[in-house]
Order: sequence, then structure tokens, then C-alpha cells
Amino acid sequence: MLGTRVIIETLKREGVDLAFAYPGGQITPLFDEFYDERDIRLILPRHEQAGAHAADGYARATGKVGVVITTSGPGATNLATGIANAHLDSVPLVAITGQVPSPLIGNDAFQEVDVVGITRSISKHNYLVSSPGDLAFMLRAAFHIARSGRPGPVVVDIPSDVQRAEIARPIPDKIVLPSYQPNYEGNPRQIERIAGLINAASRPLLYVGGGVVGSEAADDLRLTAATAGLPAVASLMALGTLPFDDPLFLGMPGMHGTPAANRAIMNCDLLIAVGTRFDDRVTGKTESFAPLAKIIHIDVDPTSVAKNVRADLPVIGDAGNILRRLVPQLKKRERREWLEEIALWREESAALLGRQAASGLSAPRVVREMARLSRDLQPILVTDVGQHQMWAALHWEHRRPRGFISSGGLGTMGFGLPAAVGAQLGRPDSLVFCLSGDGGLQMNIQELCTVRRLDLPIKIVVINNGCLGMVRQWQEFFWGRRYSHVDLDDNPDFGRIAEAYGLRALAVNDGEGVSPALEEAIRHPGPVLVDVRVGKGDNVFPMVPPGEGLDRILLSAPPAAEGESASREAGAG
Amino acid sequence: MPAREKRHIISAVVENRPGVLARVVSLFSARGFNIESLNVGETENPRWSRMTIAVSGDDGIIEQIRKQLEKLVDTLKVGELSESARIERDLALIKLRMPPARRGEMRDLADIFRARVADVTERHMTVEISGDEDKIEAFVRLAAPFGIVEMVRAGRIAIKRGD
Repeated sequence: MLGTRVIIETLKREGVDLAFAYPGGQITPLFDEFYDERDIRLILPRHEQAGAHAADGYARATGKVGVVITTSGPGATNLATGIANAHLDSVPLVAITGQVPSPLIGNDAFQEVDVVGITRSISKHNYLVSSPGDLAFMLRAAFHIARSGRPGPVVVDIPSDVQRAEIARPIPDKIVLPSYQPNYEGNPRQIERIAGLINAASRPLLYVGGGVVGSEAADDLRLTAATAGLPAVASLMALGTLPFDDPLFLGMPGMHGTPAANRAIMNCDLLIAVGTRFDDRVTGKTESFAPLAKIIHIDVDPTSVAKNVRADLPVIGDAGNILRRLVPQLKKRERREWLEEIALWREESAALLGRQAASGLSAPRVVREMARLSRDLQPILVTDVGQHQMWAALHWEHRRPRGFISSGGLGTMGFGLPAAVGAQLGRPDSLVFCLSGDGGLQMNIQELCTVRRLDLPIKIVVINNGCLGMVRQWQEFFWGRRYSHVDLDDNPDFGRIAEAYGLRALAVNDGEGVSPALEEAIRHPGPVLVDVRVGKGDNVFPMVPPGEGLDRILLSAPPAAEGESASREAGAG
Repeated sequence: MPAREKRHIISAVVENRPGVLARVVSLFSARGFNIESLNVGETENPRWSRMTIAVSGDDGIIEQIRKQLEKLVDTLKVGELSESARIERDLALIKLRMPPARRGEMRDLADIFRARVADVTERHMTVEISGDEDKIEAFVRLAAPFGIVEMVRAGRIAIKRGD
């Protein structure tokens, strides 16, 4: 069988029916084989980076492995950001790159780069297929590694002569990697100890991370919380694992978390962390994080445990497996005092956030209207990165896992639009919103063409404040209001750009315009871009200043510093 | 003198394939861990190589290094060889300036340290010595007055003591 046929048959064997693929010299053999292929649909992005983000969004929306295919050299280097993005958020992805023919490797051939070298530290694993006989094994191993354990991206670099080789060896049925055996089970005695600690705790708190989504364990988590009566907070990656309106759910903790979530962390006596790496954006100053609590840390990745924050009881294994065995051992306890406090904090935070959306034209109001109008449409909200992302996290009605898709770990501007393409292709029956900023949208704006080409009914909402708002906010608070290179006043008219690509365009200039525009966008059967022109000076609150503990919450801009140099020093940390 | 962090010896069995060494080394640099010495060689089974890595750090860092190494897809197992349970050896080749008249003196010194004379020329003598680090350093100190022209030291190897 021809190498390119081996690739396609292996992809089918792995359940792939769709891949994001951009052609080029050294991957042409594979594209030729795809020419007559009917079982795998190829989607053409307009930039390889967007292909990687689209595969990432597809994977997050469906739970399946996303696949992206590019040529060697610039095709492969353009993938790097997308691969790193998937790596930091533990998204299963397989990236297939063409490579110059084996005899030319190392010769600085045309469009040659050392893909394995470049992607080594930003992927979960990578392979250079140096012998045709290894092709099927390495591809199958790539899928196995991408989706198992702590998921992540795997790169398979395939020289064009390997693609064109006649391969006699059959596609292996079983992949055994003796050196890669993730531990899923969780030690039963450790699980007993978790139950003991929870049952004895007076002020327990669940801290949920994206691992719960990856392990498809949201139902187990909800059952755990309900059985023991545990209040909970969720990281950006885990929003939706618990419904936003659950009285025991306090939202997201951390730098732009709710005061309720941060207070709960500061006051709990037991923190049960599940599938999270304790990102510094969540913990703030680690020395003062959860100062009163014993910490239980459940994670499938042993390196995440006790890396940033001490763990009093580490438990290595799959979140779902461990929670399912934990639930029968849990007792419901009264804990009235703690739950009363929780309820009070929750109410205060809800009121605070409600006020942000109360009047005028603001991003919080837009996000809330998007949520309200799409309640029955299985909405998926895909965001870009920046202020709008935090407003979305705080104000969206998170109801189910995989309904909120955002670049958490890498914070990649330009992620939103292509990821929305992937999400819509993976979930054709969902209403997909792409919430972006005027900065991030322009980092992959060419994907408007992909949206149009496939007629994806994505509703793109641009929170357009004419500046790089998050950086501007930091410059305002911590850098003496020296607004260095954040002004985007010369933005083009996004409506006209959208129209030029063939999309419908709407603009919103005041608070009254929000609902009608969103209603019209949702009603329209095709893609729409809504340009929402908000104020330049709007800031995201609450905010815990960088490097501070979670008890230091800003609810308004700090007073301007007396001396500019002093404030610059403060911001340097 | 600042308190030195404890020296640890980590022994990892990894796939004997191109690129695996680069993967391990780049893991160390990406995470900011410093390798003091590294030795790689085939094990009794040619599918696997053994890496013996000497690093210094507090227990938390060493634990992270171990776990990060274990996480690599190419790593079969990782162990730490504790000081009491390991035999470790360094190897050094030392080329000394050596007028013929002083050769006997050097040979006496080498005998005491169970070092071996590996090569003699009219002006030079090359001595091979293996042993633990302290022994090699003591020998180097005593040999230095002869004039060290060149010295090459191999990475540390270590093995767990028998039961």
C-alpha cells in the first residue's frame, strides 16, 4: 500500500472524518491521495495557524482528536502557536507535517526546518517517520498518546519519500508502548483518605479544573458535589462542569475571579482540587493561597501535583474513575455556618457582577444578552483572549462542559475565530458565538473567508474598544498610565470587512442596540459579524493585582501613583 | 562557603532511539534544571539506554525532575540512587607534563590511588583514574604540581548495590 494510503486508512481507523489541511510542496503526495477520498472531509483554512486552532476548537467542542495537516517549513512553523496552545490546555490534537525527502534532511533544503526540534517542548510527543515501515505505528501511537493520560498535541513529521513509499507492513491492530502507561486508577487507600478528609472537614471546597472536562467527568463531579454538599469553584478551563446557577457554585477564582470564589479559597479548611495545575493566574501569590486548608490534589499527570502549590494528599489517576469510587464513601454533613457564608458571598458577587451589566453599552451586558437569547439553542461560546474573555468567563451562563471554549494556558490572541470554525464543524446543531476583541480578531481575520466558504452560521461579536484593552488596563493600573503601543484607533471598519468577505454585518453603538442586533444575528441563518463599539476605558473587575494574594481584590482602578517611577517598579513584578 | 544543595543521582531507562537524548536534555533546560553530569549507554537490552544524571537541588526540585522524566513518552523507568545504596564512579584521563626523571615519582602516586598509566611519551604521561569524586579530586590536587596539560572527565555512572 502506498504511504499516503496508509496515512488515510490509519486516520479512518482512528475515527477521523474531518481534518484541517493546507497544501504545500512536501505534503502534495498526501493531498493527491485525498483527491478521491470521500470518508474524510478536508477543511481548508486560510493560514496554517488557524488550521491548528480550528482543530483545537473542534477537539474541545466534541472531545474527539483534532487533526491538522500542513506542508514542511513555513507550513510547520505556522503551526507552532496552535500546537503550544493545545499543549497548555491539554487538548488532544494530531498535527501531520510534510517533510523534505529523507536524503535531503539536514541539508537546509528548500522549506526544510527541524520540526521535531521546534515542537519538542510545545507538544506532548513527536515523531519523525524515518522509515516507511514505522509510518502506521507512529501515526496510531500519536493518536493513542494524544487522547490518553493527560491529553495533548502530538506531531508526526513525514518526509515526502515516506509518503510515496510502497509499504508492505500492515497497519498494526494494537499499539503497545511499554514506556508510556498512564495511571488511571487511583490508589484505593488514597481515595479512602479523600473521603475521610471530606467527611471530617468543616469548610470544604471543590476546585475544579479542565481535567474534569477531558475525562468527561462532569456528571461524576456534580454527583460528588451534591452527595457531600460541597461548594465549588471552577477554573477557566472547567467553566460549565457545574451549572452557573447552582447555589453551591461560586464561579471562577483567581486574578479576575469572583470575590466569592476567592474568599472561599482563602477561608476553606479543605481544598479538593480535581484536574488542575494551579495556574499562577488562579493562585496569585502561592504563599498565601488557601492558607487554612489541607489540599487534596487529584490529577492524571503526576508532574502537575505539588508543582506550584503543596499537596497534602496527592492522588494520581483519572478524575472520573476516582470520583466514581469516592462518591459512595461520602457522607452529607450539615456545615450550616460555612454554607451560610458561601451563600452570602455568592449573593454579593452576583450583585456586583449584575451592576456591571446594568446600564449603558458594556461588554458584560452584551455577554449576558448573548446568553439570555441563546438559552434554548445549545450555545457554544468561543472567545479570543483579553478583556472580553474575562467578561465572558464572568457573565456567561455556563451550563455544560464543552460549551465555553477559550485559550487558557497560552492566552493566544487570534484563537477565537478559527476555534469557532472548528467548534461549529464539530457541533453543527449548536449556536456558536465567537466573542472577540478588535485586536484578536485581526490576528486571524482571514478566517472570515473559511466561515463564508463553508457557510458556517457563526455569530461573531466583536467587543471593539479601539485598543488592546487588557494591556491598557495593566498600563493604567500598574505602569503609571503610560499607554505604550496599545492604541488601535486606526482599526478598519469591521462591518465592511465582513461584508467584503460575504458575511452579514451589524453595528451596535449604544445599550439599546444590543438586544435587537443580537436577536437579528441569531435569526439570520448565515454568518454575521456584530461590531459592538464599547468605551476605551472599560476595565475588568474584580482584579487581584499580579503577584498579590487572593484577598487583595480591586473593584475599581487603584488611585494614580504619586511618582511614575515608583509605579513602574511595582508593575515590574 | 554557601550551603551546597544535596547531590542526587537519577537513573533513567529510556528508548534507545535518535532524538531521545535531545528530549531529555531539552526538558532540563526548559524547566531551568542544571545537569552536573550526564552519561548515556546501552543497557543489557539494546532496545533501552540508561541515562545516569547527576543534579543538585532540594527535594522538591528533584521530585519534579523525576516526575518530568517519567512523563516523557520514551522513558521506561526513573529511579534515584540514594547515597548509601549506590556505587558511583567517575573516570578521568589526565595528561601531565612529565620529564623522564620524574616518571617514577608519578608512578608511585598513581599506585597509591590505583590509577593506571595509560600512555607515556618523551614529554608527557597520561594517567587514567576511576573512583568516586573525592578520590579523583585528591589525585588531581596532588598531580597538579607536575603540570596538567589536559584533563578529560567522563560523566558519572552509578549502579544500585546488590541485595
